Amino acid sequence: MTGAPLVVVEDLHRVFDVSKPWLERVFDGTPRQTLTAVAGVSFTIGKRETFALVGESGSGKSTVAKVVVGLLPPSAGTVTIDGISMSDAGQARERRALQRRIQMIFQDPYASLNPRWRADRIIAEPLRAHGLMTDDRQIDDRVGDLLRTVRLDPADGGKYPHEFSGGQRQRIAIARALAANPEFIVCDEPTSALDVSVQAQILNLMRDLQDELGLTYLLISHNLAVVRHMATRIGVLYLGRLVEVAPPSELFARPRHPYTRMLLDAVPDLLTTGRERRPIEGEIPSPIDPPPGCTFHPRCPFANDRCRVESPAPVDFGLSKVACHGVEEGRI
Amino acid sequence: MTRSKEPILSVRNLRVEFPTRRATLVAVDDLSFDIAAGEVLGVVGESGAGKSVTGAAIIRLLEPPGRIAGGEVRLAGQRIDDLALPQLRAIRGRRIGMVFQDPLTSLNPVFRVGEQLVETILQHLDMTDAQARARSIELLAEVGIPAPNERIDAYPHQLSGGMRQRVVLALALSTNPELLIADEPTTALDVSVQAQIITLMKGLCRRHGTAVMLITHDMGVIAEMADRVMVMYAGRMAEIGPVRDVLRAPRHPYTRGLMGSIPSLTGTATRLAQIPGSMPRLTAIPKGCAFNPRCAEVFARCREARPEPIPVGSGAAACWLYAPATQERTP
Repeated sequence: MTGAPLVVVEDLHRVFDVSKPWLERVFDGTPRQTLTAVAGVSFTIGKRETFALVGESGSGKSTVAKVVVGLLPPSAGTVTIDGISMSDAGQARERRALQRRIQMIFQDPYASLNPRWRADRIIAEPLRAHGLMTDDRQIDDRVGDLLRTVRLDPADGGKYPHEFSGGQRQRIAIARALAANPEFIVCDEPTSALDVSVQAQILNLMRDLQDELGLTYLLISHNLAVVRHMATRIGVLYLGRLVEVAPPSELFARPRHPYTRMLLDAVPDLLTTGRERRPIEGEIPSPIDPPPGCTFHPRCPFANDRCRVESPAPVDFGLSKVACHGVEEGRI
Repeated sequence: MTRSKEPILSVRNLRVEFPTRRATLVAVDDLSFDIAAGEVLGVVGESGAGKSVTGAAIIRLLEPPGRIAGGEVRLAGQRIDDLALPQLRAIRGRRIGMVFQDPLTSLNPVFRVGEQLVETILQHLDMTDAQARARSIELLAEVGIPAPNERIDAYPHQLSGGMRQRVVLALALSTNPELLIADEPTTALDVSVQAQIITLMKGLCRRHGTAVMLITHDMGVIAEMADRVMVMYAGRMAEIGPVRDVLRAPRHPYTRGLMGSIPSLTGTATRLAQIPGSMPRLTAIPKGCAFNPRCAEVFARCREARPEPIPVGSGAAACWLYAPATQERTP
């Protein structure tokens, strides 16, 4: 990391109202219900860094991504990108200019491209939307360049999304994200819908583009191997809380939080076939009614009385940041 | 082959076609393999490789217009690909159990878990209602569902994803089948739950001596569970062999490329190996070896003639590199 971080997320909370309709609540006599998707998440991303968030379904990783790009307002806490707040009403004008510099790539390239538009129109959309270019010739040239950047043929611009394979579609989604010359790209499970050989192509492309264009990534994934391969730092999410943040070398060599350890243990290893895995006990609890204290305590073999009542705060351990009473007290 | 060593499942020269108005898609082409009793055969490949179609063809659940256009399928020596539907139904669910990717589509949302188990058991086994219910509770306990006495009356939506897949497993194994076809059984689940389900499946099948055809795109799942693995490409077998050997020393250039493209938890490579190009469309499978346009080691013969699986090491690879007489490897 060099200089000031590009993205600063501080004590981010996001709560969803999942109550039944008013009338039903009156009849059943049930109270309002809320789902806490993100609870007190803080992290920073330096320029040209790839910060990854990993977690299982329901851990809140996609919600963090949406709040960071401004698709969802935070319930509490702040997201600041290059000094500009994503929620402060006073900075609305600055935010409009900032929006161009932030782009997003989604999981499903079948859903994120308009099936009725040709590829060149899809890729040119950010140029037109942000008013960056108006001259059609200029736009055509830029789209051709972008297609080449993502290793497609400029002649492919005339085709519709259904004429491309899944990997090619994801390249088009990347070309669209690059159109407005962004600095920061949020990638939400960019390769989860792809086959492994295609995934390798897309991951390599993402790395090359980062080097060529100086991009900063926030990578959301459930795949620990992908994250290890791509990230400069990794945050492990559990029930909307960051339990551990560390660089990959540290996280995979010395996982500290019991959840991180279990997660690493659960990943199948290609080389030690026949090894018995120690499966994680139980499943992730409902975020509507999370356990008190440390939310991991019902599944944690090291939990004690303190863990059951007091929520742990993140503490620095060398290169890692860990939120665990056991690690803090030195008993794990 | 002696009677005792007869495989549970034997597939010979299977060909599955999907006739469409424009062309006939060959989804599975001249595929032969065996699964022995108690053996887990992993079938791995990327989308369009024909792995799911192979599974569906064996139990004759091909989506129309798909049809078996050639070859034969034998279950414990008995030919089942030409059986009439009523006889087939007596086998499907009774002697061949099935587990699919999404547990919600395998379970009927409007019936309690117990009702579905009891129905399956009564359909195939000679039991009274009370016996079937007792057996259902036993099964739920066996697949690790806590408080099975209560959970038997739960609806599928009241269970978590992992619990539902356990119920599906209980359903599939309720009649003590000889063969279990599991198509992406853990793909919809989180890693931690996936690990639980694999451990469970492995234990259950070992205890009951069930043969398993495990279809998945995930090499990790294969590494954890299978005894042998068959790698498929464009509807054909690329390579088959013991899991350890295929994963550690893949022979077929496609398998090598596939293994190299998987990001690992231990390796140090900064760049993933890439297979150039993409999978051919099933209407335009290249002449000769289907992999030849993407293969780094291609030579003249690969473009002309299709390789049969050639024994190499402990397995077999459909690749001309392993033909005994490859003196003329002209590029």
